[in-house]
Amino acid sequence: MAEGMTWSVTDGDKLTQAEVYGEVLSQLGDRYPDIVALTADLATSTKIGRFGRKYPDRFINVGIAENTMFGLAAGLAQAGLRPVVSTFAVFTALRSAEQVRTDICYQNLNVKIIATHAGISFGQAGSTHHCTEDLAVLRSFPNMTVIAPADGMETGNAVAASMEWPGPVYIRIGRGFEPPVNRTQDYGYTIGKAITMKEGKDITLIACGVGVHHALRAAEVLEKQGLSARVINMHTIKPIDREAIIQAVKDTRRIITIEDHNIMGGLGSAVAEVIVESGKACGFRKLGIPDCFSIVGYPEDLYHHYKFDADGIVETVSEIMRMEIEEDEDWEDEV
Amino acid sequence: MPLTQEEIKELTRKAWDIRKAIVDITYTCGGSHIGGSLSETDVLVALYYKYLNIDPARPDWEDRDRFILSKGHGGIGWAAVLGDKGYFDKALLKNFNKTGSPFGMHLDSLKVKGCDASTGSLGHGLAIATGLAMGARLRKKDYRTYCMMGDGELCEGTVWEAAILASHHKLDNLTAFVDRNGLMIDGMTEVITTLEPLPDKFKAFGWEILVVDGHDFAAIGGAIEKAWAIKGRPTVIICNTVKGRCVDLMENQAQWHYGGLNSDLRDQALACIDTHYKGILG
Repeated sequence: MAEGMTWSVTDGDKLTQAEVYGEVLSQLGDRYPDIVALTADLATSTKIGRFGRKYPDRFINVGIAENTMFGLAAGLAQAGLRPVVSTFAVFTALRSAEQVRTDICYQNLNVKIIATHAGISFGQAGSTHHCTEDLAVLRSFPNMTVIAPADGMETGNAVAASMEWPGPVYIRIGRGFEPPVNRTQDYGYTIGKAITMKEGKDITLIACGVGVHHALRAAEVLEKQGLSARVINMHTIKPIDREAIIQAVKDTRRIITIEDHNIMGGLGSAVAEVIVESGKACGFRKLGIPDCFSIVGYPEDLYHHYKFDADGIVETVSEIMRMEIEEDEDWEDEV
Repeated sequence: MPLTQEEIKELTRKAWDIRKAIVDITYTCGGSHIGGSLSETDVLVALYYKYLNIDPARPDWEDRDRFILSKGHGGIGWAAVLGDKGYFDKALLKNFNKTGSPFGMHLDSLKVKGCDASTGSLGHGLAIATGLAMGARLRKKDYRTYCMMGDGELCEGTVWEAAILASHHKLDNLTAFVDRNGLMIDGMTEVITTLEPLPDKFKAFGWEILVVDGHDFAAIGGAIEKAWAIKGRPTVIICNTVKGRCVDLMENQAQWHYGGLNSDLRDQALACIDTHYKGILG
């Protein structure tokens, strides 16, 4: 491992997000002897079991009891330990929302949560296992930091960075079979600081999670059409990088958000809040799940179906490019 | 070692003070969960004035025993005890429930010294207590964790999730109490959803069970010490109590789960408490 690095994963760009975080967490175990890893019978599915194999004494499988797992994490944190909890996003954000809010966030405890199978990444499992509400729910909890890493390398970076970030942190990842956007871990990851993956002047695509991959692919297509798209990886939904958004409004006047989440309440809403509060005119569209329970299918088919893959993004870009952006004071033609 | 007669008298005098404080705060704050605060009082007094290894001057002392009031609505009774123990100036309790006060009806661990967990949503405390007890093991600490639940709270499934986990891990450093006053907001527990046979239920979950009169200091103390000696499993002490204890108009009345007092009712309640304790202590 190179000097100054806290983790190193061979072929990290070929592994799923969960595989990377499982490995990274087990590497962080020596550096942070107070880490206790918790699972609710999903040690294998979430990959937190890798930590358990290395540190069996610091690994607790509570059985299928997520609410108790989050309460237990609160107690362990109050006892001076550093609990890392992993289960599916749907159980974190919905079943155990109250334990996460009241036991962990209300008391501002040092609990790190890695939620897997977020969005529609577990597409074949149906809506009981999809989670397109977690960003909306979790970002409304005071004290909570909310992160949606773009790929495996970024998941490793987010997990490592969360160890030095105060208070509760929610890291949501997919099932992770999508192509990575980062080949190495060394690109300057900082919680709360958006990453410009590609410069552009005509439109800005702001994405998180798997949306970053789709946005980059769309930008390639747009380039061939003569459109210059900026791609921003907004990996931290809260606290959101307001500066990057305002700069995009100023430079491109058109923004599309892309997320594997309901278009209500998640990244798109967080970006919209910043744009509206800025008072600046901006063409804007949100791509994601259009406020419905998603159909069953393979994730890549679903991303296409809900039009937030490259094809869908390009289609929306052509719509928004035709839009006239009002910058005058005359609202007569709007009503 | 069993409590001496003098110790029992001391605890009784303290319970007298605490019950009067609960009535006084309820009067000034406009309304409180007074019934359940009066039923839990004697267990809290036994713990805080005799059994807990704590130091109010060092509320964050990491070797202190932990107490979680899972029935967080009993916060007014808990606050009366914490104030009396010197965790904060008890004169502050006149601001209970007031805008901007650190004291609301469910205590906030970030604002109230001595409060080890913010509770109030029922069914959460036992899991947190289990975490504290497992944390003690992991950190090789000798402190004990105590958790008091309401009996109505036992309807919450999360109590039983945590009960499975605590017994699986043989947490003999964890003692739970059930304030078994028999009433929940809408009426008797056994009419709304049967809880009995409660001891059998905890037994089936792998716990040691002790059943005591929750207003009898000798019995409460005996059970706490017995729980210390039990190895290999957590203990639950089911405390048979009376909701509204010592205040005639409130005793066993579900409607006194929550209520306010005007000055007449306050005086009547204080007189009842005085009569009760003068009868015992002379």
